[in-house]
This record gives sequence, C-alpha cells and structure tokens, in this order.
Amino acid sequence: MTQAVEITPEIVAEHGLSPDEYQIILDRVGRTPNMTELGIFSVMWSEHCSYKSSRRHLGKFLTTGARVIQGPGENAGVIDIDDGDAIIFKMESHNHPSYIEPYQGAATGVGGIMRDVFTMGARPIALMNALRFGDPSHPKTKSLVDGVVAGIGGYGNCVGVPTVGGETNFHKGYNGNILVNAMCVGLAKADKVFYSAAKGVGNPIFYVGSKTGRDGIHGATMASAEFDDDSDEKRPTVQVGDPFTEKLLIEACMELMATDAIIAIQDMGAAGLTSSSVEMADKGGVGIELNLDDVPQREENMTAYEMMLSESQERMLMVIQPGKEQLAFDVFNKWELDVAQIGHTTDTGRLVLNHGGHVVCDIPISPLADDAPNYDRPYVSTPERDVLKAENFALTDLNSALMKMMGSSDLSSRRWIWEQYDRHVMTDTVDSSQSGGDAAIVRIHGSNKAVAITTDVTPRYCYADPYEGGKQCVAETWRNLTCVGADPIAITDCLNFGNPERPEIMGQFVGCIEGMNEACRAFDYPVVSGNVSLYNETNGQAIPPTPAVGGVGLIPNLDFYTTVSGAKNGDALLLLGETKGHIGASLFLREISNREEGTPPPVDLKMEKRHGDYVRRLIRDRRIHAAHDCSDGGMLVAATEIALSSAQGLHLTRPAGSGAMSGWYFGEDQARYLLAVDPNSVNPIKSTAEGLGIPVTQIGTFGGDKLTCEDGLDLELSKLRATYEAWLPDLMS
Amino acid sequence: MKTAVIVFPASNCDRDAAVALEKITGHKAQMIWHRDTEVPSDVDFVVIPGGFSYGDYRRSGAMAARSPIVKDIVTKAEKGLPVAGFCNGFQILTETGLLPGALMRNKGLKFVCRPEKLKITNGNSRFTSAYGSTANVTFPVAHHDGNYFADDATLNKLEKSGRVLFKYEDNPNGSARDIAGICNEAGNVFGMMPHPERAIDPLHGGTDGINLFKSIIESI
Repeated sequence: MTQAVEITPEIVAEHGLSPDEYQIILDRVGRTPNMTELGIFSVMWSEHCSYKSSRRHLGKFLTTGARVIQGPGENAGVIDIDDGDAIIFKMESHNHPSYIEPYQGAATGVGGIMRDVFTMGARPIALMNALRFGDPSHPKTKSLVDGVVAGIGGYGNCVGVPTVGGETNFHKGYNGNILVNAMCVGLAKADKVFYSAAKGVGNPIFYVGSKTGRDGIHGATMASAEFDDDSDEKRPTVQVGDPFTEKLLIEACMELMATDAIIAIQDMGAAGLTSSSVEMADKGGVGIELNLDDVPQREENMTAYEMMLSESQERMLMVIQPGKEQLAFDVFNKWELDVAQIGHTTDTGRLVLNHGGHVVCDIPISPLADDAPNYDRPYVSTPERDVLKAENFALTDLNSALMKMMGSSDLSSRRWIWEQYDRHVMTDTVDSSQSGGDAAIVRIHGSNKAVAITTDVTPRYCYADPYEGGKQCVAETWRNLTCVGADPIAITDCLNFGNPERPEIMGQFVGCIEGMNEACRAFDYPVVSGNVSLYNETNGQAIPPTPAVGGVGLIPNLDFYTTVSGAKNGDALLLLGETKGHIGASLFLREISNREEGTPPPVDLKMEKRHGDYVRRLIRDRRIHAAHDCSDGGMLVAATEIALSSAQGLHLTRPAGSGAMSGWYFGEDQARYLLAVDPNSVNPIKSTAEGLGIPVTQIGTFGGDKLTCEDGLDLELSKLRATYEAWLPDLMS
Repeated sequence: MKTAVIVFPASNCDRDAAVALEKITGHKAQMIWHRDTEVPSDVDFVVIPGGFSYGDYRRSGAMAARSPIVKDIVTKAEKGLPVAGFCNGFQILTETGLLPGALMRNKGLKFVCRPEKLKITNGNSRFTSAYGSTANVTFPVAHHDGNYFADDATLNKLEKSGRVLFKYEDNPNGSARDIAGICNEAGNVFGMMPHPERAIDPLHGGTDGINLFKSIIESI
C-alpha cells in the first residue's frame, strides 16, 4: 500500500460510500485517504457496522431494568440472575453469507455469536436459531436447508454447546434471501464481566486465535447491499469456520479471564481487525498503533488493506495489563493458539498502522465510530388492511383441516432439523426442541435454577401490520417463557428487513420497532442486545419484515416448571383467555383458504400481562401439568401439540356462543393459554381467575388415543403424528 | 476410589464425565491433560470422554490415539487398568487397537442426537453387572461417526464371547449387528457410542447410566 492508487469516484462507489459520505471523510482526514484508509472507512461506515439507517430508531427501545447489568452497545447484553450469576446473550444474523454458502455461512454465524458471548467472560451454555427459508418447492430451498442445518450442527456440536431450540419457517418471501439468525446464551459471574473499552497508554495489544487470511474481505459491505443475479460470485467474501479453534479459544480465554491479565477484549467479527481495534479505542478514548508485520498470517504477501478488512474467523483482540504479557503467552501457548503482541494503546486518538517499514494508515478514530453517518430515512406507514370475519370462512371438514395444518410447512415437526443438533452436551438441558415446548430450559450448572430461552416472530403479522406484529413478537416470547414457569427478564433482537432506502421498507422497520418497544415497556422486559440486518432483497423484492426476538427468563427453582408434555390421562384442558375468532393473517387462512390477507390479531398488552402473570402463579402453585400458548394455527393446533407431546388423546367440547367454527378452532387471538390440570384444580383455578377478570373455560378432557369433538373431529393420534412427522423428511428426501 | 478423565483439545464431554464420576464415587475425578505422559499409578478407573479431539480432522479419534497420554493408557490397560471410552472415547479406543473394529460415518450421513433405547446383551460384565435383571436402558446418542464396523469373524467372536454388552433397539447409525458397546477380551476396557454420562440425572436424560458406572466401580 505504499504506492499510491488514485482514489477515483468509481473506487469510492465500489466501497459502498456515497459522494456525500466521501466528502465527510475528506473533511475529517484533512487529505485524500489512501486505499487502506478508504477501506477502513468503508467498512466502519457500512450499514452492518454503523447502523446508519437504524441508529436513531433503536434509541427508542427500553434498555434498562432492575436486572440489566449491561444493555446494548457491548458485544452482548448482560442480566443478573441472582446469587452472583449473570447471563450474557445476543442474537445475530448471518443471512447474506448463508444464502451464498449455506454450510459455512451458518457455521460462522454460530461461531460469531458464541465469540460475542465468551468475549464478555461468559461460558456459552446454550444455542438457539431462528431460520427462514423460501417456498418449499423453490429449487434452492432444499439445499439451503440441508447446508444451513448441517453448518449450525457442525459448529455447535463440535464446540460442545447444546443447541436447545429455535424456529424454522418457509415462505416464498424468502426465496432470494434466507434468514439465519443465531442466538447464544452464556453464564458468567456478575462481578467478572469483561468489556471492550481499551484503557491506558502504552498497554500491549494482543492478537490471538486463527491466522489472518484473505477470506471474508468486505463481508460487512456485502451484508449491507442487495443481491442480484450475480450474487453467487460473492462466495469468496464468505468466511470459513473452524470450530476446533473456537473451542480452544473459549477454553484459553476462560483460563486467562480467571487471572487479572485482561484490561479489555473484543472479538474480531464483521470488519475484523478494523472494527475490533477501532471500537476498543473509541470506547476507551485512546489511540491505537498496530504493527501489521506482526499479525499472524495464513497467506503470503497480504497487503495492509487485506489484513484490515479480512473476516477470518476465530480471532480475538485484547489489551493486556503491562507485566502480564508472559502469562498471556503461556496460556495461549498451552492451548496451541497463534498469539502475537501486535501493538499498543496511545494517547493520540488516532489509528496508526505500520507495515513493511511504512506508516500505511494514520487517521483519527472518533470519526470512524462517532461521526459515522446517521440517516433519518424517509418512511411511509404500511397501508391498513381490512378486518376479516371468521364467519366468511367456512370450516366444513375439521379432520382434513387439522391434518392439513399439522402437516403444513410451518407447523409440522422439525425433528429432521433438531436431531442433527447435540441438545444434551453439558448435561444441563432440562427441556429442548425434543418436547416441542414453548421455551428451552437450561439449568445453571450446579444449581437448582434454570434459564428459559425462546425465539419468536410472526412475519406474516409484521407484514400485515408492522406495529401490531412488533408487539406480537415480543408478547409471544413473553408468553412462551411464562408457559414453562419462568420470569421473563429481557430480550435480544435480530431485525431483518429489506432496503431501508425505500420508504415502505423503512416504514416496516419503524413500525415494528415502535410496536416491540411498546410491548417491552408494558412487560418491563428490556432489550439488552441485538443486531440489524437490512438490504435483505433480491432484484428489488424484499423479505417480509422479520424482527426475530430472543427472550430469556429465569426459573428460580426447578421444583416449579412446566412443559408441553406433562398432560395426564383424565386431566382437564382449560382455555385461559378470550376467543373472538380472529382469522385475518392466520395460518388457517393461508393453508386452508390459500389467502394471505386481513389484519393480524391485535395484542392487548395489559391483558397479556394479566393472563401471563396468573399462569406463572398457577405454575408456582403446582396447579399445571402442561401449558402451551395459542399462537400459529390457534387453539386446535396448540391442543393437538399438547396431545402429541404428552401422548394423550383428547376430547374437546365447544362452549355455546363460541362463534364461527373456523374462528374458534383456528383463530389466532392473542393472550391465550391452554393448560392441562387435574380435574380437582378446575374450580379453584376458575374462581381465582374470575376475581382477576380472566376468562377460563374447560374445553376438553385428556385420555385415550384419539382427538375427538362433537363437531366431527375423530382422528387417531398416531395418524396425526405420522402426518406431523412426515412433512420435513419428505421434503428433504 | 480414584478416577480420571482425559482432556484433549476439543474434548467436550470431559466435564460431563467428571460430574458423573463424582456423583457416583463421591470423589472428584482427576482431569489429565493430553500432554501429560502418564496416568498416575493410584488411578483406579479412566474415562476417555466424548468430543472432537484435535478437531477429529484426520479421522475421528485417530490423532488422540497417538498422543503420549493414550500410549500410557494402552500400556496400563493391557495390564488390567479399567478404561471406558464414550463417543469420541470409543472411537479413540478402536484407533488404539484396544478394542476391535472401527466407527464409520453414520449410515444416514448426518449427525444424530436422540435418546436411544438399548438392549443389555451381557449383564454379567464388569460394566453391566449392577443392572441385575434390567433388560433395556435409554442413553442419549450424539454423533456423526458412530457406525460400528468389523469383519464377520471379529463380530462372531465378539458375540460368542459375550463382549457385545449393548445393542441398539432402533439402530440410529447403521452399526453392524446393531452393536452399541463392546469390551476387550479381558473385560477391563469398554467403549460405546451412546452417552451413559448423560443419563445420571432425572432432570436430564434419565438415570439409566448410573448402574454402568456403579458396575465398574464396584468391580474394582
């Protein structure tokens, strides 16, 4: 990079920078930047790193709370779970790379989110994922599912962290842009959390982990642009993962973190060495000087530009306490990891890079981070849809409708997926995908308490009405945590949208955020970490708005928890909540009537809170054998799921005045729970509920091996199970 | 009673094995680093845990089988030291030759993780005696390379001599003759793909694994 390359408008454009943005760079640097400097600005100011379209809206979120130790702004969020324990968690997207190279894209997504968590001092204890694929019949879908699932498993299984749950949807809206969102939950001591702010002057900077290669150069820029027909040519920008090195990095970092050698630590994720060094320096208000000749390199003759923009995986940057250098070398050498002292902190506030005896970069740090563009993109609200009435959608054959629903792309069993994930390693998984329950339950090692974890979003609701859909995705995670008896604490989010430069997309984004935020505030359920993935578009076709939410709650005592599989012979089935028969934007409408229209179910947050708090109280009183919320597919699907998971038949009764059959059985009204309880508990539960203004109705009794009701439902559980289990294996065979 | 767990780079069931051993013996297991060259002489029972030792890059268990600590385990096992290998540990034991056969890629070519019902095919061994009249147990499996293979002569010999201790009821990986776990001729070295150490806790995976550990420990 010593020979001057003329910075032309074409080169500026190739770096994803607008002429206006380039002018700001000229002003801040005070001269024409060289290629390395331009590259550094381009990745730091990419949508992926700078959040330039989303920042001002993310600021609206509730981010504080009694249990919040660290909200957004660090590598992950940190919450207090008592007894000196902290949970550190985050969800992140790896959408663009996973579409281009599904195995490595998904694998490195898992690796990256784990690094975000153990960087802060937490041992990863659970992984989750939220996946969206295109139409099942689309020619690419099968190979994408195959590669993504193998990649997630291949990485998580090898590192030895259980993958305990998640969700998978199929819709033609994701034909050109699949979504791979991975979440990691880690456990740390509340007084031993590590942060990224570099401190002091003259302190040594250490590089540890894999060598730097040319893989992933400009990955962050790729993830900040739309796809077109030539996107497959972007394969070289996808990184390659090595879970073996990740496992060694975790163990080595844990070992060094047990000493007092680390001042600050940051993983090298998107934009690699550039963003890690700039973020550490910016947060600590110091400068950084690096000698790139000392960076461990996998390939020969790498330029400064390539080294700074590489996204080679499994690398960490840390500021070490002076005098502790040998200790750091000893630990990393024990684990046979590459380690090098590549620079030091300075008091200049500048990023200075030396390479081959020359200064190849000398720019002020604050404009890279603080002065990154912050756009107020114009937006328009999503047009309002019509309210649909259930009575206009006849339900004539309950048996065939239920069979079709349970064997549909979104409701059928995901066994084919989760059997490829090690769900048991670390031996603290109390409940996982295996039960089909609402949330995974992972015990805090050596204790009798547990965290509950769930991921949820209903994209068809967000598409129909971003604000209500935003409320609903937060409410559903809150309900799911409630169903297992956990106190919901906080969420992480992964906001997947199309091109924010289009006002209608920006309108979806703003609407979803405002809805989510209202729900967070109603539940005192803050956002502590998250990630934004924009430009999920191909040839101008955007994905449905998909703000995936990862919720975490605490089960203080494992003597009190519930799953979906505990219904017993003779148990009563109670429906808690109000059924108006909301059919708009429902799965029934899509699967049975082949229509995707109507308003989504409105979410009454006060009602949600009232109902959820009561369910949790009943679980603590040991009144509940099985609990499940009504979501996709409505009451009948939820009841069938309890019956299948508990291996108990069920006879249903329809109360008088329950409205149209389609609405009663398949309507997706919110704030509803199904509870399997001992018959002797029915009256006490109902009378307390009455005092609280909560409708509770007995709608069925468990027993036998069939699903029946007076409206003609008569299906053997084994037949339902066969249909439920067949769809995904059939697709993949 | 002194037990030990070997820790390779990317072992990932080492803690799980140690938790199980402590629960059953009442004493902490000693963790032995792969670069050590000797198992201490007072160790009564060694577990080679699951995981992806050295990344399993060459072939599952191949590199671990050639590590200094495993050379010492082989020497001591041949003199009678009880050794068990679960999952990757079983792969390592076949790579050393302490146990016959090999573990190939699963028949379905995919990683498989599920609770698996097993038949106890020899209840009189040092690893199964505590099961008494119990005929079946359920242990989780979680592996990519668990398809047990040996030639017919070896399989016949194993079966005739009672060295097949566990068989799958519903073979998850294509293993020859549904074999899930085998021991050596002397009966002191045992390997299986399923994870008995993940079945010692009613909150997690059931408790069917406890008697496997009890059996070997009571035999010492």
